[in-house]
Order: sequence, then C-alpha cells, then structure tokens
Amino acid sequence: MKAPTNAAMTTDRRRFLAVCLAGTGGLTLGFPLLAPRTAMAAEATFRPNAFLAIGGDGTITATVPYAEMGQGAMTSIAMLAAEELAVAPAAIKTVLAPGDNKLYAHPVLGEQITGGSASLAGSWMPIRKAAAAARIMLVEAAARRWGVGAATCTVADGRVHHAASKRSLAYSELAQAAASVPVPADPPVKTGGFKVIGTAAPRVDSAAKVDGSAVFGLDVRRPGMVYAAVQASPVIGGKLGAVDDKPALAVAGVTQVVRLANAVAVVGRHTGAARKGLAMLEPHWDGGLTDLSTEALVKQADAALDRKGVTAATKGDVAKAFAGAASTFEADYRMPMLAHAAMEPLNCTVEVRDGACEIWVGSQVPGRARIDVAKALGLDEDRVKVNSYLIGGGFGRRLQSEWIVQAALIARQVKAPVKVVWSREEDTRQDAYRYHNHSRVRVALDAKGNPLAFDHRIVAPAIMLWFLPSLLWKDGVDVDATNAATGPYAFPNLMVDYVRNDPPDGLLVGNWRGVGETRNGFVVETVMDQLAAKAGVDPVEYRRRLLPPKSRIAVLLDRLAQETGWGKPLPAGTTRGVAIQSGFGSHMGLVAQVRMDGGKLKVERMTAVIDCGIAVNPNVVRQQIEGGLLFGLTAALYSNITIADGRVVESNFHDQPVVRMVNTPKIDVIIIENGNDPGGVGEPGTAIVAPAIANAVFAATGKPLHQLPLPASMVERV
Amino acid sequence: MGNAVKLKVNGEIHDVDAEPDTPLLWALRDLVGLTGTKFGCGVALCGACTVHVDGLPRRSCVTPISAVGEAEVLTIEGVGKTPVGKAVQDAWLKVEVVQCGYCQAGQIMQATALLTADPAPDDAAIDRAMTGNICRCGTYPRIRAAIHAAAKQRVA
Amino acid sequence: MTKPSHLALCAAVLVTAASATWSATAPAPGDPARPLRSVASFGTIRDQAERSAAIFAEAGKVIQSPRCLNCHPATRTPTQGDAMRPHVPFMVSSDGNHGPKGLPCATCHGADNSRTFAAGIASVPGNAHWQLAPIEMAWQGLTLPQICEQLKDPKRNGSRSLAQIVTHMNTDHLVGWAWEPGEGRSKAPGTQAGFGALIEAWVKTGAHCPRA
Repeated sequence: MKAPTNAAMTTDRRRFLAVCLAGTGGLTLGFPLLAPRTAMAAEATFRPNAFLAIGGDGTITATVPYAEMGQGAMTSIAMLAAEELAVAPAAIKTVLAPGDNKLYAHPVLGEQITGGSASLAGSWMPIRKAAAAARIMLVEAAARRWGVGAATCTVADGRVHHAASKRSLAYSELAQAAASVPVPADPPVKTGGFKVIGTAAPRVDSAAKVDGSAVFGLDVRRPGMVYAAVQASPVIGGKLGAVDDKPALAVAGVTQVVRLANAVAVVGRHTGAARKGLAMLEPHWDGGLTDLSTEALVKQADAALDRKGVTAATKGDVAKAFAGAASTFEADYRMPMLAHAAMEPLNCTVEVRDGACEIWVGSQVPGRARIDVAKALGLDEDRVKVNSYLIGGGFGRRLQSEWIVQAALIARQVKAPVKVVWSREEDTRQDAYRYHNHSRVRVALDAKGNPLAFDHRIVAPAIMLWFLPSLLWKDGVDVDATNAATGPYAFPNLMVDYVRNDPPDGLLVGNWRGVGETRNGFVVETVMDQLAAKAGVDPVEYRRRLLPPKSRIAVLLDRLAQETGWGKPLPAGTTRGVAIQSGFGSHMGLVAQVRMDGGKLKVERMTAVIDCGIAVNPNVVRQQIEGGLLFGLTAALYSNITIADGRVVESNFHDQPVVRMVNTPKIDVIIIENGNDPGGVGEPGTAIVAPAIANAVFAATGKPLHQLPLPASMVERV
Repeated sequence: MGNAVKLKVNGEIHDVDAEPDTPLLWALRDLVGLTGTKFGCGVALCGACTVHVDGLPRRSCVTPISAVGEAEVLTIEGVGKTPVGKAVQDAWLKVEVVQCGYCQAGQIMQATALLTADPAPDDAAIDRAMTGNICRCGTYPRIRAAIHAAAKQRVA
Repeated sequence: MTKPSHLALCAAVLVTAASATWSATAPAPGDPARPLRSVASFGTIRDQAERSAAIFAEAGKVIQSPRCLNCHPATRTPTQGDAMRPHVPFMVSSDGNHGPKGLPCATCHGADNSRTFAAGIASVPGNAHWQLAPIEMAWQGLTLPQICEQLKDPKRNGSRSLAQIVTHMNTDHLVGWAWEPGEGRSKAPGTQAGFGALIEAWVKTGAHCPRA
C-alpha cells in the first residue's frame, strides 16, 4: 500500500488534479470489462484519471471518487465543481468512480476509502482544482478563438463571455478545443465570494431516490443474471460440513447449490426461490469457536484493564500529580459489540468469465475490493473491474470486502452473472462488528476538584493494524482507538495507555460510525460530569475552565449553553446533559433533555451545535447531524450484539431494536458559520449522543452510567 | 416452473413464473423488474418493501403472490401517478428528506397509505402509522415534516 | 344484530358469533407434547361446582397460552412470541381494533400465516380476521378466575350467551388459529376440539369459576 502522508491535502495534489476535457462525443469512464475487443482497445488508450469530463454535447460529468451512502458525496462534489465552473450544481452529472486505488485514492487516507467523515475534506481542494483547471482551459480556448486575452473573458451559466465584444460561447462548443490547451499546473481556486458553496442546494440524488429509479447495488440487473442466497457458518470460525443439496434443488426455480469452505449458497431464478431453497437445507457446520460467549469476551477485556499497555500519549508527570493529589477519581467503562444494521443488506453482483471478473457493488473500499477479489480468484488486478453503485447505508460495514470476495467465490462456480443477497439475519450475524471496548480512567484532583492529571487506559482491538496501518497504526498503538482519549481539554498532566485486545480468530471486527471518538467520547464526557459533580461545579462551567480560551470548541460550548438556555429551569421532571467533542476536523456539542419517569428514560430533545468550518451544503450538514444523532441514540439505548455457544444471538430488528419514529426526540441543529476548511459531519453526531444522555440521566438519578447500552431496565423497546 | 401467475402492477399485467408462496417482493424485483421496492428484513419488521395492494399498504416481503390474486399492486414506480402519492413525493423533495434513500420507497408508500386514510394526521397519528418503517439514516423528523407538508398541500 | 358483538378469544382475534368465516375444516392436530385432559377425566370430582371450576382451569391452559394472551393485552398494544414481549414494531389497536389509520393489521398479517423462509422468524401469523381484542376483553394481567368471570359477563364478552361462547370456542376459525399458528410458533395445548369440549362441559356444569 502506498504510504499516505498527512500533508497530502495541502501539498502534492497534482496526482489528483486530473482533468480531461472530452472531445467529440465525450468520453465516458465506464467500460465494461467483458465488452468486445474494440472497446477494450479503446480503454487502453484512455487514462480515466479524471474527476471531470465535458462532452461535446455540453454534459459536464464529475466523477465521485467516494461512495454515496447518504452522506451527500455526490451533491457536495457537484457543488464544488459547479462553483469553479460557474454553473448550477444540477447541471453537473455525477458518476460514481469504479474501484481503482491508483486513480481515486483519498489524498489523506491514501486509498479509495470512504470513511472517517473525510470525503469532503478529501475533495475540497482536488475537485475544485480540477474544475478550476477546466475553467481556465475553456477560457483559454475561447480567448484563442476570439483572439483576445484570457483575462478579458469571464464565465457564467456554462458559457465563456467576452463582455467587450458581447460574444460568448457555450462550454460544449469549446470542449474539443480546450482539450488541447495545456493543463494548468496549479490553478487557483476561489477563496471567497462563493455562489454555490454554502448554499442549501437540493441534493442531486433525491429525485431518483424518491421515485424509485435510483439504482443501489441490490437493484443491479445483468442479462442472464441469477440470484443467490447464502449462509455462512453460524458458529464463529466454523466450516461447512456435509450438506444434502436435494431439498434445495427440489424447490421450483432453484438451479444450483454452491459450497464454499465456510458457507453454502443456493442459486435460483429469483431471490425468493433462492431463499426458500436455502431454508430447506440443513447444513452441518464443523469446528469453530463453539465455547465462545459474550461473558468470556467481557471477562477478557476486563482482565486487559489490569495490564499495562503501550503509551499512546503522555504529557507532564502523571505519577507525581497523583502523589500530590487532594483526591482521586477512578472508573471502569464497558462498551459492547455493535452491528451496523444498515437498511440495505449486503449484496454483490459478480460475473466471472474468460479469466476476468466484473463486479457491481456499493463499497466503501472498491479499490481494495478489486485487489482482494483478484487475489482470491488468482487474477491480475486489471482483470477485475468493480462498478460502483449507491449504498443503502454504510456506517463502516462496507469498509470490509470479505463479503465481496465471498460473492466472487460463489460466482466462480456459477455460469452466469449472479447477485448474492444476504438475508437480514446473515447481515446481523456475519457483521464486522465494533468490538468490545473497555476503559479505565483515573483522575488526580486538586483541593477544588480541578483535574491535575487524566490517565486513560484503553482496551481495544488493533483494527488499524490491518485496516490502515501506514496511517493509523503507530509504534504498537491503534491511533483511531486512542483518538480523542482525553477530549478537547487542556489537562496539565495526561497519560493514554493502549492495551491491545483482539477478538479471537474468526470473529470479524471493524469500523463503526464514529470510530474512536464514539468509544472515547462516552468515557471522557461522562467522566467530566462526574468530576464536575464531585467539585460541585456546573458541568458546562467545569468544561469551560479546561478549554483553551477562544478556541473553536470553547466558542462552541458557549453557543451551545446560550442556545439551550443552560442553567435556566427546565420543565418539571426533566433533566439535561451536555457533551462536547473535537473530531473529524469538526467541533460539536450536544445537550440532551430527558425525562425519567418511573425509572424509564425518555429522550425528549436533542440540541446540537456543529462547527464544521465552511458548511458546503448546510442542508446536508443538518441531515448528517440529525442522522448521526439518531444512529448514536439507537446504540445508546439498545445496541448490544451478544454471543452464546459460539453463535451471534441477535438476528433481525425484533431482537436488535433501532430507534423508530415513535421514539425520535425533537432535534435542533445549529451550525456555527466560519471560514475554516470543511470538516467531517458524518460521524460527530453519532459519537456525542451517549455521553449527553448518560449525563442527563446522571443529573436525574445521581448515579453515573459506565456501561453501554444504557441499562435495559431504563429503556423501553419499541 | 410453469407456475405462470398474472400480477397487475401499476396498471399493467405481468406474467410471473413463480411458486405461489413466492413473496411479492421478489416477484416485483426479480421477475417483473421493478427494483424500486426494497428488501430490508424479510419478516415485516422494517417496512422497506411496502407496496399497496388494492389501495392498502402491504409488506411485500411477507405477502405471497398467491394472496395477491387479481388485486391491483401499486409500487413506488407508479405511486406518483396518484394525487396523494405525487403530493408525498413532492413534499419529500421540498423537505429534503432523503439521505441514503434506501428505505424511502417504503416510507413514501406508507406515508401515502396514511394520508389516503387520514388526510390531516397529527404528529401522534403520523408516529403510529409510520413507526413500522425503519430509517437508519435518521430521517424521521423530516419524514414527519414532509407528511405534514403533503397534507397541507392536499388541503390547499 | 346490527351492532357487532365481538368475542375475543384466541389469537388477536374477535369474531362475530354469526360469522360466516368460521371454518368447518377438521380441527388442527394440536400439540401432542402438551395435551389437554379430557372432560371424562374430571368425572371423579363429585361436586359439580368444583368439577366445573376444575374443567375451566384445564381450559385455562389454552386461554392463558401466549397464542391467546398476546392479543388480549391490558394496554392497546399487542405482545408477541412465547415471551410475550411488546409487539415489534410498536403497534396500537386504535378504535376499531384493526390498527391505526393507514397501518391496518393486515399490512403485515395476511389472510393466512405466511412463511418467510428467513433464518429467524419463520413465519408471520395471519388470519382473515386478525385484530386486537377490545379493551374490555383484556386478559393480560388477570388471574384465571378473573378471566373466567369476565368471560361470563355479557358486558365484557361481546354480549354473548354461554351457548354462543361454546359454539365460538368449538368452531371459530380464529380460535382455531391457536393450534395452527404457523411455523416457528408454539401451539396452544391440546386441540380446538378438546378445548371446545372442555368449555362445553364447563357451561353444562354450571360455568363455575375457579377460586382465586
């Protein structure tokens, strides 16, 4: 893997500044791998290292290097390009880039990855530079044609204008000529006076998602396609033993039973037949971790709390601070395994033919999926093509590609394109879970209850060691797991200690919306309220004292207090809790208002303030915060994946509840406007919910909460 | 094989070759080729597969085609041709409800069923009728707002 | 009668006595693992009132099975499964006992049980008359003697005579659903015929209720 660099966003962006102005007819980026030879030959001469194409018909096409899974990548990228090209965002056609780590790598993450709420930050300069370059080339082409200086030309409404001579030409008329203009090395982008950026332009993907015409991975149709239902070993790490395929083959419409090492699939003329066929099978599963249980995993993580780990961050002298402390605070935290439970169950369409493999899928790592499939099938990477489709919710699950490899291995045994669709039960039981996370926090306090030292021991798996080692695994520390481990606070002495605690082989774990900030936000922000209570200080005031004055997060906290009337009386029977965090290049605060009634919790209201720098599309920002909050609320209230006898117990939405409309609280989102570069907005909302609610419950009951999900006795399932 | 069943979907008759116990969902998606109706849970827990059968909402994942008979099936692809469905779709765009969009076909079909039965629902009535439809992107507040907007537009 | 007089019994189901929907098909085979005692086996109890109460207690195994209780909740929200957890998704009966406006029970519950071919919930239960018992027929939270008294009270049994109750229990298709609840769901004990016979014997012996 290419070594990514943190500075890539502001330095070498030439690689991402690829502009291609298509000539007559325009060029399209998508060539079917299994197309006739002539098209393959054409592909060889075309390097689709472009974010933009302008066709002779005037179509402006922006290639979106990221997955669109609701976070608004298509809209944001259309807006960035539209700003520099002086057209309406709706005039830009967006296409999802195929899987290609070389062409579409994220400038910071170093690969074609949609994660870490980093898509917009990763596009902010490259897309605008690409569009600015295109504009400059179009202007140059017009100026040459008119024999005037380029500086005397302007652009508006998809045309180049020469005011003095009252002439103008449409981009479409200039596309071919512009293609021969040299690509500017470092085109300047607008630094202000935005016409598109900062507006709540309608999402470019809404219309198709409202009339049913949007094509998600599940909706892909290929000529001659068949459908497969699959079940992998329900015992974690188990292998497929004997299976009598006759009962499945007896189902009308079933054509084939496919065996993999750890799974069985039934292929049919439609998914209904395949699912029925699969239900008829009684496969035997061999081996696996039949003794595994949640109790054992929790015990293991608890034991890890007593181990010394690797120092992830340190400042001052923690031991000395504790020696001189007036009092101390200590608490252990436990967070459960979580599933992603996106609405679109995992699915993948694959055709393997003539030594090549073509895939139709929605993936957060299409480039990596391509490599992984090539490896699994023994093909060269350039014989594997990954076509990208809309994703019905990612939340980190689709940062894994093992399910795409599974589909390819099935397809290898099927003589037709095959769409493999996981059941909801399979999606729940074969997830790449957020793993058990435990924490131990020790705080040394002075006589007034102010922290002298903050010592946070983090027990977490080494996700980044395999996911993104070059960027996020440093000297034995998972940088993500230890991120934000002391919050945004200026503690005089601090220590972050990382104790690696991996799951047993066979249990797949991975990234989950909000990543390290989610695990640590709950810990740090609930500790803050306990410390404030111990000191007899208001929780907002207690935090304020520990924030760098006038910092963005300090400004945000004041705004949050002001917007929520913090300190003013609340309706009878209600309490509120606050939480703040800095992460994903943004700053965020939340006040949750709850009612404790007969020991039952009702979350009535959530008021969020977000500072994400320039809000490229305030509507999309609001959507992401609203959605992030509700995603986090589900986790805080309900989510807990458990294992018994080596099997995941939960299976569907009845035993893995999610927030529904009936228990959705009132939500307000306030955006702090400033001119900083855009930060991420997909994950901050999720990360901040649990601590704000736990603090509100603490305010009501006086009993701190150190475990997620919140106590079942408190939570009514709906 | 050879179980040709006629399904009337969005006003057109389709011959569908499937067993009687085949869920309508898969007949629509895989055999008729209307993929707007989505699969979410397979057991009527999430509402993503909601269609109308003779004007009433049905979770197509648990509705065998044998139970449909000659009834009229209306899907997201056809609901825009009804006045209520059109108003709902317009409101969805106006309020910018959509994020990933996967559940929205079901939400729109369910909301249309609600507004057909109750042209001016209050928040509680919306909650009651819509809470069988899951959205993991958290668009519930906007769905609620869009239903109000559609109701208002219908009255206006 | 013009005003529908419903008697809520097994499953979520209320049926008019004169309903043409009851099925004449043979009773479901029932669950052999959990038989009901025969009426004859109570013959040893000399005292008629005592015998009557004992027979009702036996029938109570059916009445208090999850198949029946789930849709006779004390709130307006049904429960589900043998553990009788709250219905998922959240559901309310609304005025007509058929669900709220826009979300009738039939949205998910068809005229018959529907197999899902899913790895978890194997079927979604169904019946042409699927609905929730009216609030006055709530059974959850009541003792069997309380249910017994309620069953005899025309104000709380859908204005039924005891004879109508016997007919209903014996023959109603929806009552019968409790012994044909669909794949993945435990059946009510015994058979509908056995249950009906117990109810009939209970009425013939004076319809005495067990003591609290």
